[in-house]
Amino acid sequence: MSVWDKARWATLLTATALSLAMLGGLSVHPARAAEQRYGLGTPATPEEIAGWNIDVRPDGLGLPEGSGSVADGEQIFLERCAACHGEFGEGAGRFPVLMGGQGTLDKAAPVKTIGSYWPYASTVWDYVHRAMPFGDAESLSADETYAVVAYLLNINDIVGDDFVLTKENLPKIVMPNAKGFFTMDAPEFQPYEPCMKDCKKEVKVIGHARVIDVTPDKPAGAGVE
Amino acid sequence: MKDDVKDRNAPQSPARRRLLAGGAAAGGLLGAGALGLSGGLKAARAATAPAAADSLPPAVPDWTRYLGAGVDAHPYGMPSEHEAKVVRRSVEWLTATRESSVNFTPLYALDGFVTPNGLCFERHHGGLAEVDPAEHRLMIHGLVDRPLLFTVEDLKRFPQENRFYFLECAANSGMEWHGAQLNGVQYTHGMVHCVQYTGVSLRTLLKEVGLKDKAAWVLAEGADAAAMTRSIPLEKALDDCLVAYSMNGERLRPEQGYPIRLVVPGWEGNTWVKWLRRLELGDQPWYQREETSKYTDLLPNGKARMFTWVMDAKSVITSPAPELPMQQEGPVVIKGLAWSGHGAIKRVDVTVDGGINWQTAQLHGPVLPKCLTRFTFDWVWDGKPALLQSRCIDETGYVQPTMAALQEKRGVNSIYHNNSIQTWQINENGSVENVRLG
Ligand code: HEC
Repeated sequence: MSVWDKARWATLLTATALSLAMLGGLSVHPARAAEQRYGLGTPATPEEIAGWNIDVRPDGLGLPEGSGSVADGEQIFLERCAACHGEFGEGAGRFPVLMGGQGTLDKAAPVKTIGSYWPYASTVWDYVHRAMPFGDAESLSADETYAVVAYLLNINDIVGDDFVLTKENLPKIVMPNAKGFFTMDAPEFQPYEPCMKDCKKEVKVIGHARVIDVTPDKPAGAGVE
Repeated sequence: MKDDVKDRNAPQSPARRRLLAGGAAAGGLLGAGALGLSGGLKAARAATAPAAADSLPPAVPDWTRYLGAGVDAHPYGMPSEHEAKVVRRSVEWLTATRESSVNFTPLYALDGFVTPNGLCFERHHGGLAEVDPAEHRLMIHGLVDRPLLFTVEDLKRFPQENRFYFLECAANSGMEWHGAQLNGVQYTHGMVHCVQYTGVSLRTLLKEVGLKDKAAWVLAEGADAAAMTRSIPLEKALDDCLVAYSMNGERLRPEQGYPIRLVVPGWEGNTWVKWLRRLELGDQPWYQREETSKYTDLLPNGKARMFTWVMDAKSVITSPAPELPMQQEGPVVIKGLAWSGHGAIKRVDVTVDGGINWQTAQLHGPVLPKCLTRFTFDWVWDGKPALLQSRCIDETGYVQPTMAALQEKRGVNSIYHNNSIQTWQINENGSVENVRLG
């Protein structure tokens, strides 16, 4: 039995005990109920939940009513996003690039963007709304978010110039890299007994960090993502 | 430099030895120096030199003769000023901003397996949220019987758990995929720490709200300006996760999620949501930005591994290290850390010849599951160049791979989950370098 099953069983058993007790007109000793519950916390009201429940899922669950066009999105992007991400999402300085990169994932220097890498459009909506513009999170209205996401999809050649993104059509958008991910079904390495003596004939040093000599003002290699 | 080394065997006065040590340090830190280390080290050594002459036997030092400061000079105690260089450090070019950035734990300077709170590395996505605990709530809702709000005080009234765990960022050692790059164990491996957490079992909280039958995933969300989110399968949530309010006996540090954070033992640090404000139960994962755009491992064929949560077994020698060059021939304690997200460390082997021959190191207890484990290996340095590595095996029999073995599976662009064997080259002048073996 998995942990999860066990927990479900426990909940089920308490529920059964409670209903049996009620059927028989017996009062349940508070301590018995407390086996499962401590009676701590206060109910979260629907209004309280609505204010914080901002996540959006690929199937559209969590999307608010609203819509926005590519054209409106371009205006919002220029005002609220372009300073860091560039006018066309090409990225200013070291800020993330938001467009392009399609066809590079299996190349030596892959460019991972919304267009080349992200599997779901819902994630763009969710992330832009929860975290962008950087430093002024959750400041875009629902319609503004639809519009700016429409623009991001447009500069990645996923929707046309006249497109209007809505609560209804967002879950239907198929992203270019939708099939690019998998979950592992077996361990990467099998256990083995490693060699302890005379394991190889020679040892060759092929790279030195000192030679590369990375300094704070000389960017090199991959950054932390 | 070279001359210094030649007469390393000649009898030395303490002052001469200190001079040599200073020289070796400067040599070893050519690379790390660029990262802002050598100045601090050299300065620290220079500062101790003159004072020492007046304080060593037979002299009576000032601190023996005169009274020191009274109590409460530092109501919250700090390390000695002589340890001032032992701080978290960052590499500025890694990230676009300081608010979405990372710094590194100075592993080279630490002993034992517990990380001091102020040295636990920081990784923020929207800066450090300064949360007023009285104004903070944990909301649990979604597929539950009773959506509830908890104050921090409510959480402290639930039965308490006290457990040690390591936390490693999935991108730890992520700069090393293409070759040896950063010359310091603080930078190559410093996105890991290990503390004792105090909190309430997530399982207890989920029972309190009651789970609906279809609940299968939990979305954890932070109260910071990134509103950091991750989807966690319910099986893990009901297994060993905690909602923690303390670390190493005191309340969480703000940079570690004060007043509450999620603890997801053995899993990549990004899932340990800080400033935890919300847990939502659902029947599917949410595919958030941090589990699609980030924290997925791109393979050479262009496909990416997703939901690779567990941190596989890894070890590293923390001394000698580029920051701690060899001082003298003779006895040396090789020290290091090993950890595994799958359980306890079973064995650590050490080589000084780049992997031709290995010997088993000593593990220093307690050896706890999903926790850093300290190992040492007593060695005698003959003054010749050497190639040091450590390799750990966890309780599942998983053996820490070489970079070559890892690259065979993953290429060089997966960024995350680099748990490969690290090599430190000891040069004849005592300096220690990060190198890559063929
Ligand atoms: C002040 C600079 C700044 C502004 C303005 C800004 N962003 Fe960002 N954006 C960032 C930074 C920094 C990140 C990376 C954050 C991180 O990784 O934690 C980011 C990340 C993103 C990402 C995710 C990129 C990826 O590949 O994972 C998207 C999408 C995005 N921003 C969209 C927007 C939109 C849309 C706007 C305007 C509404 C906007 N940003 C405004 C700085 C900015």
